Amino acid sequence: MTEPIVNDLTIQAATVNGSGSQTANLVLTRAIFHMGIPVAPKNVFPSNIEGLPTWYQLRITPEGHMARSDKVDILVAYNVATWREDLTTVRQGGVVIHEEAFSTADGRSDVTYYGVPFAKLAKSKIQSDTLRKQLANMIYVGVVAGVLGIPWEALEHGVRRQFLSKPKAVQVNLDAIKVGFDYWQDNFSKQDPYRLEPMTGVVEGKVLVEGNQAAALGALMGGVTVVAWYPITPSSSLCEYLIAYAERFRADPQNGAKRISVVQAEDELAAVGMAIGAGWAGARAMTSTSGPGISLMAEFSGLAYYAEVPVVIFDIQRIGPSTGLPTRTSQADLGFVYTLSHGDTKHMVLLPGTVEECYELARDAFDYADRFQTPVFVLSDLDLGMNLWMTPEFKYPEKSFDRGKVLTKDDLEKLAGEWARYRDVDGDGVTYRTLPGTDHPAAGYFTRGSGHDEMARYTEGAEAYARNMDRLARKLETARHSLPAPIADENGASVGLIAFGSTHAAVVEARETLSAQGKSVDYMRVRALPLSDQVARFVSRHERVYVVEQNRDGQLYDLIRLALPPELVDRLRSIRHYNGQPIPAAAITEPLMQQEAVPA
Amino acid sequence: MSATLNHVGLPRDAYKGAATTLCAGCGHNSITNHMVKALYELGVEPHLLAKMSGIGCSSKTPAYFVETAHGFNGVHGRMPALTTGAHLANRQLIMLGVSGDGDTASIGLGQFMHMIRRNVDCTYIIEDNGTYGLTKGQFSATADLGSMQKKGAVNTFQPIDPCAVALALGCSFVARSFSGDGKQVVPLIKAAIAHRGTAILDIISPCVTFNDHDGSTKSYSWVKDHEESIADVSFIPFFEEVHVDYEPGTVRDVRLHDGSHIMLKKLGQDHDPTDRQAAIRVIEEARAEGHLVTGLLYVNTDMADFASTEHIPNRPLKDFGEEDLRLTRDDFARFMSEFA
Repeated sequence: MTEPIVNDLTIQAATVNGSGSQTANLVLTRAIFHMGIPVAPKNVFPSNIEGLPTWYQLRITPEGHMARSDKVDILVAYNVATWREDLTTVRQGGVVIHEEAFSTADGRSDVTYYGVPFAKLAKSKIQSDTLRKQLANMIYVGVVAGVLGIPWEALEHGVRRQFLSKPKAVQVNLDAIKVGFDYWQDNFSKQDPYRLEPMTGVVEGKVLVEGNQAAALGALMGGVTVVAWYPITPSSSLCEYLIAYAERFRADPQNGAKRISVVQAEDELAAVGMAIGAGWAGARAMTSTSGPGISLMAEFSGLAYYAEVPVVIFDIQRIGPSTGLPTRTSQADLGFVYTLSHGDTKHMVLLPGTVEECYELARDAFDYADRFQTPVFVLSDLDLGMNLWMTPEFKYPEKSFDRGKVLTKDDLEKLAGEWARYRDVDGDGVTYRTLPGTDHPAAGYFTRGSGHDEMARYTEGAEAYARNMDRLARKLETARHSLPAPIADENGASVGLIAFGSTHAAVVEARETLSAQGKSVDYMRVRALPLSDQVARFVSRHERVYVVEQNRDGQLYDLIRLALPPELVDRLRSIRHYNGQPIPAAAITEPLMQQEAVPA
Repeated sequence: MSATLNHVGLPRDAYKGAATTLCAGCGHNSITNHMVKALYELGVEPHLLAKMSGIGCSSKTPAYFVETAHGFNGVHGRMPALTTGAHLANRQLIMLGVSGDGDTASIGLGQFMHMIRRNVDCTYIIEDNGTYGLTKGQFSATADLGSMQKKGAVNTFQPIDPCAVALALGCSFVARSFSGDGKQVVPLIKAAIAHRGTAILDIISPCVTFNDHDGSTKSYSWVKDHEESIADVSFIPFFEEVHVDYEPGTVRDVRLHDGSHIMLKKLGQDHDPTDRQAAIRVIEEARAEGHLVTGLLYVNTDMADFASTEHIPNRPLKDFGEEDLRLTRDDFARFMSEFA
């Protein structure tokens, strides 16, 4: 046997959608995480309720790499439909745990097979007819635990954690795991080098959170009180988590009154319209959607931009165009969202790159929306939103809400009623507003998406129009310096990388790989649009800068090019990944090294 | 001589708005005047009024009454969504939506229906002229089959009747009137505002420029000749006493949530406004006979409104602060530990 490979492997479970396999995957993940071993799970699932193939990749590295790997060390083959193809993905020397009935004839000779009669075991050992289908998946968890040496205590923890709200389910699931565990002990001797051993130093203080859970918690901590949404993958879970959290934290135990309203709207037009209506009336309001929904929200987004109404809009990106691949990830809404709606509309866009930022930026988005009286978009994606990520525990906010420039009855009395809704008193482009219900005769004004003057009166006047548009541009300039700044990590390298959002994980790993190859590269992660001035300065400090993103057209690359002085434009390069799978580090290192090898 | 003040101490002038920019003689201007009268007499506090609208001639009118109130002229056909959101943010506001037949029955039909489905507490006035005025006279979806455009084009499609749609959906308040019939429109507006739930008031309002000719079924003369009121409507607000001086059996009294009353004096037929099937029948019969039936068609005061079914507290959601909305430090720490 070759050298043992410890805590550095990728498990891929190929199962059937709707069979309960995700529960088994999560139990395995939590058990390994409980051993102090970093985990990075990626769920690749079809747009389907039941029957189509689904894959779950669990990457384990001692360093805690979070990006997807395109190498499979251990395949768990449960799905006969994809068996042949799955077999080809396993690396040389890898392990194949498969249903014994699947033929290995004509298969690979460079892998270790462990054939397990999963179906027979399920039939003979699982007593409950109703739960057999679900529990059958747990058998594989037991076999993997046997192969890799996962202690029983960790499995118990994994099951208990997974069934936190259903303690009755714990024992039957453990029993099913035991079936697989015992079968392994009784029938196999270890033939492969892979092992898991408890470790310390990386996962302490960390938790496993999905980006959509983090964003839901962030919205709750940001004080959202009106949520309107329309179901769409991969955004739905954000609102569903919000509903669950609101039941727990926003309901009055005495009378059942809720300090939040979550409305499932009839479509995305209505969803964003309700949120804008609520924002206009003074509530912290949001909607969440994905590509097709964002398209439908374009008109209303322009209204909120021009009439200056605060609202937070989450776009959990999936791959397009059109319906695209509804359950695959992408960063291709960046350019569209930035200028969503017709006629010189431009928005503030927040770009969380980690689940911790999903929490923080979701929370802070409500402050930005109120402060700037405009839609604030939070651009997440399927990879960030729907996968579990290892993260430091989130911090409790120390800042108070910033409700922006709102004139109260007292303020209006002090001003003797002298104010104008769209007059730039402070020179920052941000004007004062009043909320409906303010008991002062000067409080009322007329909000409209048609041309208006400082007093909010209808006008088609050329000067008034241009003056207002210039002020809106000024407001965006103010925001440019207030929105989350880019995060740079520089060591004086001549080559830089720029990325945003979930690409971060792959960049972190790519930099380590490149560094190990003697090619150190600097890094700047953009966290908001409009782009910070720091981006151009970062480019100016490097000979070549690669913009890495998950879309076909290099949308961030284009935005940066537009923002650069002409003499810096040639320094930009573009690396694009757009097959729907989360970007692996190799998709950065390989094109970068190729391009670096060719003299410019 | 000082102006007469209403029960909240305001003169009628306090309910006026900017000068109208609609055509002289437009039915919508009459409705605006009816609105001023109704809001004044009802004693609506301007700061609690939220005037909502979509796009079109009708949707411009909220600027022409109660200038000191907040108003929101949104996007085409989407007044219901904005209204729903604003209502959720502050359920103490009196939501008054003004829409048109294009805004409601074409581009906004979905939102119109879903607002009714939720029974959002608001008044929804349709200023219905059967034509697209701002874009110069195309048919709208409420235009009757066989009615004609000014230049002679004939409408070949069945009309969408907003009242029939509302009734089919179980709307809790459905009425129809005519802009020229202030005696009926004013009490209906008051009743719609007092009603807790979605109150649909479809007001036929002739477009003098594009749809007031022979061959139109939304012209002044056609409506005058064909209007058939099902009952005389009067409204007694909660702050006034009810004096019944009608003969017993000639008047129906509907008591609304806020203690006000709608009194309906029988005319020809004895329509029971709490009978939804009867209301649908009345509309269908009038249509078959080529009449326009007006009055309070249906009211249901038992249906829970949206904010109640959603368990929204009476205190406006917009007024809750950090201490009410954020998890406590202890809850937050406990919650985070569950992700371990």
